[in-house]
Amino acid sequence: MHSLQITDLHVSIGDKKIVKGLSLTIKTGEVHAIMGPNGTGKSTLSKAIAGHPDYTITSGDVFIDGKSILAMQPDERARAGLFLAFQYPSEIPGVTIANFLRAAQQARLGEGEELDATAYYKKLYSKMDLLKIDRKFTSRSVNEGFSGGEKKRCEILQMAMLEPIFSLMDETDSGLDIDALRIVADGVNAQRGEKLGVLLITHYQRLLDYIVPDYVHVMWDGRIVKSGDKSLALELEARGYDWVKQELALASA
Amino acid sequence: MNPLTDTDALPPETETPTENPTVGIDQTAGNFSYDVNYEFDAGTGLNERTIDYISSVKKEATWIREFRHKALKTFQFMPLPTHWATKDLENINFDKIRYYLSQGQKPKRTWEEVPDDIKKTFERLGIPEQERKFLSGVEAQFDSEAAYSNIKDIVAKQGVIFCNSTQALREHPEIFRKWFGKVIPTSDNKFSALNSAVFSGGSFIYVPPGIKVAQPLQAYFRINAENFGQFERTLIIVDEGSELTYMEGCTAPKFSTSTLHSAVVELVALKGAKIQYITVQNWASNVYNLVTKRGLAHEEAEIKWIDCNLGSRLTMKYPGVVLKGRKARGEVISIALANDGQHQDTGAKMVHAADETTSTIVSKSISVGQGRATYRGVVHIPKHLKGCKNNTECDALLINTNSRTDTYPAITVRGDQHAVQHEASVSKVSEEQIFYMQQRGLTEGQAMSLSVNGFINDLARQFPMEYSVELKRLIDLEMEGSVG
Repeated sequence: MHSLQITDLHVSIGDKKIVKGLSLTIKTGEVHAIMGPNGTGKSTLSKAIAGHPDYTITSGDVFIDGKSILAMQPDERARAGLFLAFQYPSEIPGVTIANFLRAAQQARLGEGEELDATAYYKKLYSKMDLLKIDRKFTSRSVNEGFSGGEKKRCEILQMAMLEPIFSLMDETDSGLDIDALRIVADGVNAQRGEKLGVLLITHYQRLLDYIVPDYVHVMWDGRIVKSGDKSLALELEARGYDWVKQELALASA
Repeated sequence: MNPLTDTDALPPETETPTENPTVGIDQTAGNFSYDVNYEFDAGTGLNERTIDYISSVKKEATWIREFRHKALKTFQFMPLPTHWATKDLENINFDKIRYYLSQGQKPKRTWEEVPDDIKKTFERLGIPEQERKFLSGVEAQFDSEAAYSNIKDIVAKQGVIFCNSTQALREHPEIFRKWFGKVIPTSDNKFSALNSAVFSGGSFIYVPPGIKVAQPLQAYFRINAENFGQFERTLIIVDEGSELTYMEGCTAPKFSTSTLHSAVVELVALKGAKIQYITVQNWASNVYNLVTKRGLAHEEAEIKWIDCNLGSRLTMKYPGVVLKGRKARGEVISIALANDGQHQDTGAKMVHAADETTSTIVSKSISVGQGRATYRGVVHIPKHLKGCKNNTECDALLINTNSRTDTYPAITVRGDQHAVQHEASVSKVSEEQIFYMQQRGLTEGQAMSLSVNGFINDLARQFPMEYSVELKRLIDLEMEGSVG
């Protein structure tokens, strides 16, 4: 079993403080959902953990299996088993999905080791079948001219191929219609298991109907203010974020 | 240096060079040199005695010696083209350059005859053993002379002549003289004049009518001595209805002082002939690479230049095609990568001189760090012609905000019966894109390399397999080194 431990994390973009003391531990086999209104620091949290250069961690720490990852480059964190499914995945013109994933796999091998191309394509095609992705898809340039649904499916395919230990999924449901949402959720559910820990970041409870979380956390103003199980998400859906706001006001009064 | 008058004389003992190039192998690919005892060395600096020396060592005929002397005068008379080109040219110290070096050996016919130290250099360059079998002939220039030259029986049996320029002058003067200096006159520019004065090595190819050379002929060039200019001269004539693909690749060891490479390449495609000339080069970052390349396409002939420029301090190269015959076609595909401290000033020239001629220019440049890429293109379609077409496309990719790219397209079209298209784009590899790729486990260098390869992918796909692989490897090396 592996653990991703976030302790009292503070993150700024420039002078602006976004995440203000967030703590959370995720173990493999668990699915955590972080919910919260826009601008509360959910995406910042995921990007900071992944090591985006624009996000400065001013205090606190992030550990994988007790070892801090903050001094590691983004690619080292990725190779250590961290995956970020982007809300807005970048386009890479001229680089096909097949080549991109191949390069990513190759980067995980030691010096002088050569990727077994046959085994790689076998794995790629079986994952694509699982995600109901047409094989022609792999010869398209990464995310270039993709629809919202295609971009998200491409993220899930990459996750399936790279087999991370922890996956941070940033607003994976945004911009998806109900059919695309179901396909993406099926893909995540297929990968769910003892070997993977998931942090789902979402604005809406809708996604959680398809990917049922073990834990739900409510984020507000850079912190986790409430934690519970799946029922918390339903309660939020019913009562809205204002309910959390009122509770917070009461608590601090 | 004593001038030699007797064509059979060897240089006196005193001509033995006192300094050898730096010894030792650097671990960086292309960044190494081997100790070579140069048997012939023209010393540094350029004057009439240098010309006589080169001509004598090569045992050349009088006409070519006179040609060289005339070219020297032209070179000395012509100013540097700094009224339009970079002032960096003024930093070339022509007095400190060695204009001729040779090991004084005849080109080898079999691989076994090639000296071990030279083999070692080629191995280091990564010319794979098994590849040699597939190549119909390998003409690899080691410094001034071809160290290795081999044409497989099948090509020779077809009547194809493939040798170095020195040998061609001796053995095939009638064909050589007919076309030599006709596509690119001595006075075309200062550096073509320089090359005409001191040229040595380079390939000569003649393909007789109706012959399709199935496999590409190939040559590798390298500069191996400090302050040693390399002035190869290539002349390729493909007779009526014949086809040829020629490939050249260059890497050079790195030295601290400036090195000059100034080649002239002339192509002649007679009626209905096709020539494809492919270059992938990676010069050390102190090399001035000033090359004149032009082809003459007769009726319904086709000349295609594929030109990839990496490395060097300054590259100035504008492969061109003179479309002389009706329905002739010309194409230039160029890729340039300018890294820190490098300036790639490249482009194309298309001179339409007959009706219904077609030209295509596709240029892709990548600027990294402080690197600078410049595109210069000339397309000329005069008024009296009809039915000419040109399509020009220039794309630039910038990696980080300090890099610079300029485009100077000069398209002159007179008359109203032509079709001309011009497109240009500039794009950037964003920090977001690099982060995205890094998040998938690629290092920053690998991410940039992949972005660059993606940018040129549609062009690289047109290359022969081994060249696109080599190009990718060179880009990987460049990008790894550029992460800071």
